Amino acid sequence: MSGSYYVPATSKWPALGSLALGVMMVGLGMTLVHGRGTVVMAIGLVGVLAVMALWFRDVVSESRSGLYDAQMDRSFRWGMGWFIFSEVMFFAAFFGALFYVRTFALPWLGGEGTKGATALLWPEFTAHWPLLSPPDSSVPGPAQVFSPWQLPLVNTLILVSSSITLTVAHEALKEGHRKVCRNWLAGTVLLGLCFITIQAVEYYEAYAHYGITLQAGIYGATFFILTGFHGLHVIIGTIILIVMLARVLRRHFTPEEHFGFEASCWYWHFVDVVWVGLFIFVYVF
Amino acid sequence: MAPKVPPQPTLEQSSTAAEAGHGHAHHAPPKGILRWLLTTNHKEIGTLYLIFSLTMFFIGGIFALVVRLELFQPGLQFVRPEFFNQMTTMHGLIMVFAAVMPAFTGLANWMIPLQIGAPDMALPRLNNFSFWLLPVAFGLLLSTLLMPGGGPNFGWTFYAPLSTTFAPPSTTFFILSLHIAGISSILGAINIIATILNMRAPGMRLMDMPLFVWTWLITAFLLIAVMPVLAGVITMMLMDINFGTSFFNAAGGGDPVLFQHLFWFFGHPEVYIMILPAFGIVSAIIPTFSRKRLFGYASMVYAVAAIAVLSFLVWGHHMFAVGMPLVGQLFFMYATMLIAVPTGVKVFNWVATMFRGSISFEPPMLFALAFVVQFTIGGFSGLMLAIAPADFQYHDTYFVVAHFHYVLVPGAIFAILAGAYYWLPKWTGHYPNERLSQWHFWLSVIGVNLTFFPMHFSGLAGMPRRIPDYALQFADFNLASSLGAFIFGFSQLLFVAVIVLCVRGGKKAPAQAWGEYATDLEWSVPSPAPLHTFETPPTFERPAH
Repeated sequence: MSGSYYVPATSKWPALGSLALGVMMVGLGMTLVHGRGTVVMAIGLVGVLAVMALWFRDVVSESRSGLYDAQMDRSFRWGMGWFIFSEVMFFAAFFGALFYVRTFALPWLGGEGTKGATALLWPEFTAHWPLLSPPDSSVPGPAQVFSPWQLPLVNTLILVSSSITLTVAHEALKEGHRKVCRNWLAGTVLLGLCFITIQAVEYYEAYAHYGITLQAGIYGATFFILTGFHGLHVIIGTIILIVMLARVLRRHFTPEEHFGFEASCWYWHFVDVVWVGLFIFVYVF
Repeated sequence: MAPKVPPQPTLEQSSTAAEAGHGHAHHAPPKGILRWLLTTNHKEIGTLYLIFSLTMFFIGGIFALVVRLELFQPGLQFVRPEFFNQMTTMHGLIMVFAAVMPAFTGLANWMIPLQIGAPDMALPRLNNFSFWLLPVAFGLLLSTLLMPGGGPNFGWTFYAPLSTTFAPPSTTFFILSLHIAGISSILGAINIIATILNMRAPGMRLMDMPLFVWTWLITAFLLIAVMPVLAGVITMMLMDINFGTSFFNAAGGGDPVLFQHLFWFFGHPEVYIMILPAFGIVSAIIPTFSRKRLFGYASMVYAVAAIAVLSFLVWGHHMFAVGMPLVGQLFFMYATMLIAVPTGVKVFNWVATMFRGSISFEPPMLFALAFVVQFTIGGFSGLMLAIAPADFQYHDTYFVVAHFHYVLVPGAIFAILAGAYYWLPKWTGHYPNERLSQWHFWLSVIGVNLTFFPMHFSGLAGMPRRIPDYALQFADFNLASSLGAFIFGFSQLLFVAVIVLCVRGGKKAPAQAWGEYATDLEWSVPSPAPLHTFETPPTFERPAH
């Protein structure tokens, strides 16, 4: 413990990262508000991705040159753990919105309970879920919703299996079987890509045939914000796993020291658990 | 790592560590602005946070003075109502997100590693990132004032549909700037938790930590728990505005009240985020200047934890007048009143610490004492507001404004000022100028009470908040409030003078600047604290009880 904690001297990545994120957000705002600004947004996004890549590269090389001790390892563990907790709360907001709407807002709109006075606005409205006909006729509802026992079930099986394959890869790494680890990790990446592809197909179906759109009342809104942010997290998780695959191929990990790999596993399992919640509450019930 | 400032007396431990040398050490530090842009040093980043916060405090203060100027007398004198709305909104947003929160984070950056005997924050580069996101976020937020249609004008709570359907076009930029600020807060909080849990000096148990560290540990947990919820709710706003979703639109099956539930699920823990570290600062100062140990250390810790847990269960008390089933009103009313119990424990312990103490009244103690008295006033008006049937009367009046300003200005901000006066000798090596500090304190106390105390009366008499004009019977109260606001605002310039003088010179402070009853680890390093401290962890010795 004597003075071994590594405090990097200086780094240009955080300041550049802030700048890039600011440029990206300004570009996004310009695009949304003024309809032009995609170039600015793209420059910012490239900047953010570049800074992330270079920053992580520094961390990887510091780790490989032995600058990190066990205490540093614990800092990363706490950091990653609390980061995932923040992600849990991010999804909790969207799940909370879904539950609130289904349990309170819609029944009240339909005239239930002491607050049923809101039924005066749309007297013909009856509450039901999935909400195919929103209260006001100006808002088109979905024509129909997905059966959970087709593509969503397939995706559930894929994602749950991917957690298992990733665990096998992790165990292989801990046992020192690098090639086994490589193969199972590659399999996990493939499963992740399959999930993303099927989700893309489902989104296409939603817009083309089911009438489930962002504008389709509260059903479309909750459907897309939950599946959308989850899908984004699967994409990020898959990229992380691809990076881990590259690092496994370059022999970066030892059976004892591989927190980068382990953190990726944590993240992937978290994304998997969120999906199970989605499957139950968005698709099944 | 070589010190970046001229050689100073350093701790024995740190010099040995520096000579032992790491592979990464001995880079020439960058000069000028680059030093501040690239730094990974917790003290430099803490200073950046504090300077940023002070700057934003003045900007938000100017907005408040525009509001008070308009309200000086009835009628519309100086600004258009549209602009008045932007001023009330931006005042709240800037003060909450850009002044108070960064001030506490800055104090955390400076003091937590010093108080737990750590060489730096656990993740120093992330620390730098957390800070430099802030100028980006609030530069963007302030720029909305110059955009077509003006800046945010819907109050700092940005209720839908006022902030969605009826909002100015710049709202999208407001949302994005808040996203950046949120990322900054979450990453900063993760860093603070990792530092506290992982970087304590060998031998220091959790229950040995100074209360400022404890309160920040719990605050950081609150931040990580609720800032993502804020991110979620503003994302839903963004979708409603730009992509035609119906989250907060009843026509599509959504609900504007959903916005309020989500916002206040974030918002209520948020107000404790702005007060818990204040409790920590005051718990450090009062024992020092009472020349006694803190009364009831363990109960202080449990009280803070209890307040944090309860903070998740009381958000509905902001929404009594909105419409909620009776059982919900009862639950939120009683849960809110429960908070008075742990808060009472804290106030009792502070008073008991002073009881039969040998008290002296240096500037930090003055602000801490004012904190205890005035925060308690704010707490009592909070209890009044917690009573659901009474709240129907008080809701959206100046009584609410008086309540939360009492807990935030002579509450949070006085604690920040107390902390600054308390630790300035450690930061600069000099004591703050006594005479100027006293002027600053007394003018602040008089100004604050002249501003906010009359608001209780105008509020109880029914004056609505956030309106640029008012009925004649409120004229005297508002005149007093405006006078007080200008006294308070301009007397803060004295604080700037004190800081500048303190940095440039003044009476030299020894390591234990405030005497032998300040025993936390920060007082074991020289004043001013060298750039690098505790590079070799000190061995923590538990004071004999």
